[in-house]
Amino acid sequence: MFDVSISDWKFALVVVAGVLAGGTACADGSGDPAVASSDNGKYADKDGNPTYRISPDGTVDWYTFSGFRRYHSDCHVCHGPNGEGSSYAPALANSLKTMSYADFVNVVTNGRKNVDAANDKVMPSFASNVNVMCYLDDIYVYLRARANDAIPGGRPPSHEDKPEAAKQAEESCTGIK
Amino acid sequence: MRKVVLATSVGLMAMHGSASRADEALEKLAKDPKQWVMQQGDDANTRFSKLNQINASNVKKLQVAWTFSTGVLRGHEGGPLVVGDVMYVHTPFPNTVYALDLNNEGKILWKYEPRQDPNVIPIMCCDTVNRGVAYADGKVFLHQADTTLVALDAKTGARIWSVMDGEAGKGQSGTDAPFVYKDKVLVGVSGGEFGVRGWVSAYNIKDGKLAWRGYSEGPDSDTLIDPVKTTSLGKPVGPDSSTSTWQGDQWKIGGGATWGWYSYDPELNLVYYGSGNPSTWNPVQRPGDNRWSMSIWARDLDTGKVKWIYQMTPHDEWDYDGVNEMILTDQSIGGQPRKLLTHFDRNGFGYTLDRATGELLVAEKFDPVVNWATKVDMDKSSKTYGRPLVVDAYSTQHGGEDHNSKGICPAALGTKDEQPAAYSPETQLFYVPANHVCMDYEPYKVAYTAGQAYVGAAVAMYPPKGDSNMGNFIAWDGKAGKIVWSDKEQFSAWGGALATAGNVVFYGTLEGYLKAVDAKTGKELYKFKTPSGIIGNVMTYEHGGKQYVAVLSGVGGWAGIGLAAGLLQPENAAAWHGAVDQGKLPSKEKTVDTAGLGAVGGYAGLASYTSLGGTLTVFALPTE
Repeated sequence: MFDVSISDWKFALVVVAGVLAGGTACADGSGDPAVASSDNGKYADKDGNPTYRISPDGTVDWYTFSGFRRYHSDCHVCHGPNGEGSSYAPALANSLKTMSYADFVNVVTNGRKNVDAANDKVMPSFASNVNVMCYLDDIYVYLRARANDAIPGGRPPSHEDKPEAAKQAEESCTGIK
Repeated sequence: MRKVVLATSVGLMAMHGSASRADEALEKLAKDPKQWVMQQGDDANTRFSKLNQINASNVKKLQVAWTFSTGVLRGHEGGPLVVGDVMYVHTPFPNTVYALDLNNEGKILWKYEPRQDPNVIPIMCCDTVNRGVAYADGKVFLHQADTTLVALDAKTGARIWSVMDGEAGKGQSGTDAPFVYKDKVLVGVSGGEFGVRGWVSAYNIKDGKLAWRGYSEGPDSDTLIDPVKTTSLGKPVGPDSSTSTWQGDQWKIGGGATWGWYSYDPELNLVYYGSGNPSTWNPVQRPGDNRWSMSIWARDLDTGKVKWIYQMTPHDEWDYDGVNEMILTDQSIGGQPRKLLTHFDRNGFGYTLDRATGELLVAEKFDPVVNWATKVDMDKSSKTYGRPLVVDAYSTQHGGEDHNSKGICPAALGTKDEQPAAYSPETQLFYVPANHVCMDYEPYKVAYTAGQAYVGAAVAMYPPKGDSNMGNFIAWDGKAGKIVWSDKEQFSAWGGALATAGNVVFYGTLEGYLKAVDAKTGKELYKFKTPSGIIGNVMTYEHGGKQYVAVLSGVGGWAGIGLAAGLLQPENAAAWHGAVDQGKLPSKEKTVDTAGLGAVGGYAGLASYTSLGGTLTVFALPTE
């Protein structure tokens, strides 16, 4: 019975968060994720950090969708689907509740090691991996949305069109046409 | 005490012998059902034991005899060996090896823990698994995560020789067990998700010198394919059979990893194994058949030269690695005795071939939900002979980049992954631990960087529509290509099977159960929940007149990533429904049908059943 009420509550929260698109009550490692500005379909909070935008009908911004895809290609094999963690890597949907955008960028770029008698956790440096580095903000906003329960797990069913700016940035960053 | 010393020295005497006779000695040991001297029980990969003290009528009385903690909490694949009076137990990274004294309540005789650069950990795509050690000629062979192959003195654990087979910095890692045949020890490589061009290396067991290396892709001089003598489906493959099926130099990062369970036919002197997926997972980026990824290989043990080869999944679009084990049996088809090879592929087809010639005899689905291909074309006069007939709706190539192809069965982890099947010559049936999972697959462009993941697809997995079980344990007739019986498993059956002369078949489940079923009917006879989920392989041995059954627990591997993290939780789909339509849209309009998961009530993540562990559990009948 207790379990049922918990899951009902969680469900309700997800719906509400989805409707409010990261409403005022939310805050994570980078502060309030509410959209303060936008630039060609890319959204930022009041401090200028990348953030997500979830429309009332559940449509996510392009970068959140792109982040979902890139995360599930290069990150999920260790960090688990939906940022939920695995038997050997932390749940990033939790980590981002306290980790700032700057720290996120730093760890992905430079890696991190936690190896001792009880741990053998190693996060590699992704500095040379364009499949990650060219989509750092995409992955960040996706996980930020997960950390704030703004979106549930799984594939976002609809997303904003890919902005022309995203296409150009992708081509120049990855070198793939 | 005297008795212990005596028994130990007998065991050790059996291990020693001159290198030139190592194969004879090992073969002799393998024929003794009281020992379990190779991971798969024998060269043929049957995982069958003649022991029958534990049988269908008394297995229900099975009890835990003793346990051992490996000290490591990651996915434990493979299993222990028993040679003489010593049991050898391995662990995932850091790849510790223990020698346990069976005459002295499992006391640790020696422990070997290699020093490895921990940077190898993140290049292991699917947990830091290791599939166990090999034994021959008084040596224990360990294939470390960093690709080091090391020979240890079986008596002391001292290092005799070691050799680095690959480069971890390029995404190459070691997960498969070494395999000893005659005077050679073979190892494969992992790294299909890092653009590694797969290979097999054969080293001399005596000194660790490289005898030959054969690649999965590249010029004939690299693959050791002879354009005239090497055949595929009965015909010579012709020159440049690999490079001509790739665009430009893509074969250099073409994948085709080789981390499965190898087998060997001493009469034909051929080694059999499978090659894995081509890199990247985005098929659009690598036009062509991408040979010889996804293939069954038959190589001469002495030279590495390829006798025959068969590509099961040309131009893979689903990550259906072909690495699963090849099981060698002698059975009659149409009254004719045949030397057969049977293989349960990730792609959902169970193949039976003539292992001397590579002739394709049977290719049938071993799970009815398999839908990506209607069948394998068996018409020898057809242009597409031997090829799967792919269904456009489930072709991710056909769907193209940035298109999410839905409802493909099986999922990328296949109808069966590495968990090895068993074969009983008494029932002439194969016992196959299987997955029952489907997926959505969306490929997109990726760039290659050495040592970095090279995947290029987003995949979501879920049970087939209308089903709540994600696994099956099936009995398969390899001659007819038919399921004889099938037991449902709530999760993928990811533990290797063991068949015995006691008419009992054993396997482990992801929740952690060791199960015993009747070999003829599949009826469950016994189950016991071990400390953690089982992805290891069950083995058996006899000691002091008593039969034991042993298995490693320790959930992880690919199964551990997906299942332990709640990949398949129904609330995800339900939540999207809520977020998207707030309950206003009629159900047919709902865009989320990740699975029809909502329809599968009561379905919960594996995390509700088990947690991390690393334990060996040994079972026996109670003393009367």
